[in-house]
Amino acid sequence: MTDFVQIVLSGLATGSVYALAAIGFTLLWQASQTINFAQGEFVMMPAFMALAGIHFLGLPVIVAMLLALAASLLIMGLGFKKLVVEPILPHGTLPLVTATIALGLFMKESVKELYSAEAQPFPSLLPHDAINVFGASISIIDIGNLTIALLVVVALQYFLNGTRTGRSMQATAQNPNVALILGVNVKKMILYTFLINAALATIASFLVSPIYLPKFSNGEYLGMVAFIAAIVGGFNQVRGALVGGLLIGVVDNLAATYVSTQYRTAVPLILLLVIIMVRPQGLLGKAEGRSV
Amino acid sequence: MSNKLILAGIGVVILLLLPIGQGNYVTYLLCSWLIFSIAAMGLNLTLGYAGQVSLAQAAFMGIGAYTSALLTIAGLHWLVAAPIAMILCFGIGLVLGYPALRVQNHFLAFVTMAFNILVYLIIRNEAWLTGGTLGLDGIERPAFFGIETDSQRAFYYFTAIVFIVVAFAFAAMIRSPWGRAFKALRENPIRANSVGVDIRRMTLLAFAIGSSLGGLAGALMASLVQYLDPNSFVLMHSMQILLMVVAGGSGFFLGPILGAALVIVMPEYLRFTEGYYLMIYSGLVVVLMIFYPSGLIGLGQKLTNRFKPQRARADLKEGAKL
Repeated sequence: MTDFVQIVLSGLATGSVYALAAIGFTLLWQASQTINFAQGEFVMMPAFMALAGIHFLGLPVIVAMLLALAASLLIMGLGFKKLVVEPILPHGTLPLVTATIALGLFMKESVKELYSAEAQPFPSLLPHDAINVFGASISIIDIGNLTIALLVVVALQYFLNGTRTGRSMQATAQNPNVALILGVNVKKMILYTFLINAALATIASFLVSPIYLPKFSNGEYLGMVAFIAAIVGGFNQVRGALVGGLLIGVVDNLAATYVSTQYRTAVPLILLLVIIMVRPQGLLGKAEGRSV
Repeated sequence: MSNKLILAGIGVVILLLLPIGQGNYVTYLLCSWLIFSIAAMGLNLTLGYAGQVSLAQAAFMGIGAYTSALLTIAGLHWLVAAPIAMILCFGIGLVLGYPALRVQNHFLAFVTMAFNILVYLIIRNEAWLTGGTLGLDGIERPAFFGIETDSQRAFYYFTAIVFIVVAFAFAAMIRSPWGRAFKALRENPIRANSVGVDIRRMTLLAFAIGSSLGGLAGALMASLVQYLDPNSFVLMHSMQILLMVVAGGSGFFLGPILGAALVIVMPEYLRFTEGYYLMIYSGLVVVLMIFYPSGLIGLGQKLTNRFKPQRARADLKEGAKL
């Protein structure tokens, strides 16, 4: 029984990190119709930026991480929006989907060629020990991840619902034209969405990297999990992405233990297929009517 | 109309003349190009005409390849095995697309992404059927009325004939009422629905036909390479085929053929860049999407439009631009 509890708790911790990526992805989709197929790579990159800071610039860990956060906001927030999404979006979602797929590929190959093709060790701000809770052994990093991720989500929810800017962002997501009429600076709100996504991806990156050592190919799995979490949880809400992420984390961990290693990665995929067949609006989503 | 037939005829002649004087490797590349053109044409139907993103074309190629290979190893002729593979892919496409296309979102993209990974896992793990990571060996090349296709050139002509048949069938379909319905789906699905085009059924059909063409391409590939390995059908290859269609020009007939040529030929010219090849290629695609979202054919059209005489009267210029 303690084994099971351990696995579930550990899964919740990893899942909370997946949730951050999924929330960013959902926000982008809602606010600007951008399906970001490079989301996995967005989570993979900041870890490598921090590593580059540590190894090539000799910076202390925290400084490197802060610099990586700034770089990520600049490149994957502002740069992504202005240089990639803005020119392409008027031409439709298909070119944008293709561009984000190509962008993800570009980021992955750049890391592979310019840094290394091997998995790298990543420094953790928390110790690698485990503590004993009612007989179950839980790693401190897992508790830290879960706490930090939940704090971030709570802060985000407060920002979106409690502040004027946050509510303007929601208005932009729901109906940009009316928001514009009401005086909301729609362009700025969309920019904020991109910045928040970059920030969430960076936090997710730093939380997940001590466990899932950074490697150029991580983006594929992380991205897939973010998409599945967003869809399974329910596309129209941030809460859905959170629940989806936690669920996928737990399911993935349970699968790793109880299902053969060969098919372990298949379990979240099958979950996605089942949810789309049975309840396409996701677990927490509302069934959307089609607007004409 | 007859203009296009003449052009098509010239195209066929060029295709038949291409391998003359070329060595084995170049002929092999040409075969590869034609095979990927078929797969890309299938994806073009789903993507360019019905407007749905499918990231499973490589998985369908894999299913087609392994089905055809196993059946030919068991003794069936390719001309029987390949259609079986195509029908299997068509069926799987229907089953896969049916739930995903119920919702008007880009869910098909994620479903096909997941499907591709699942297919790869199954091919890799079920070694009793597919040989797993050790691969499937000993695939013979088909013989037609006594003519062997073991030589690279002979196989090229076999591939070229299949390609020409597929191309003509595809062109005929696009001109038929079905084709018009597909184009209506892309241009304005709501209006198409209002004049009686069943959006879901047509989109599903487009996806299933596109997938079966992927299966055909796979069946050809099995005979070309004569060895199958699960790593040839990973998600990355689906993305490559997608990039082929979009870079060439999605929604245009020649787009995927051009895109396939680009993707097959470019690595040869960029061989000196070694590891950087994929970086350059993906970077180019991003830039292409930013400046020419309709791909190379769109770019070509823009260039030729500059040289065509302007048909609009001067005072109607503003309206003509819409």
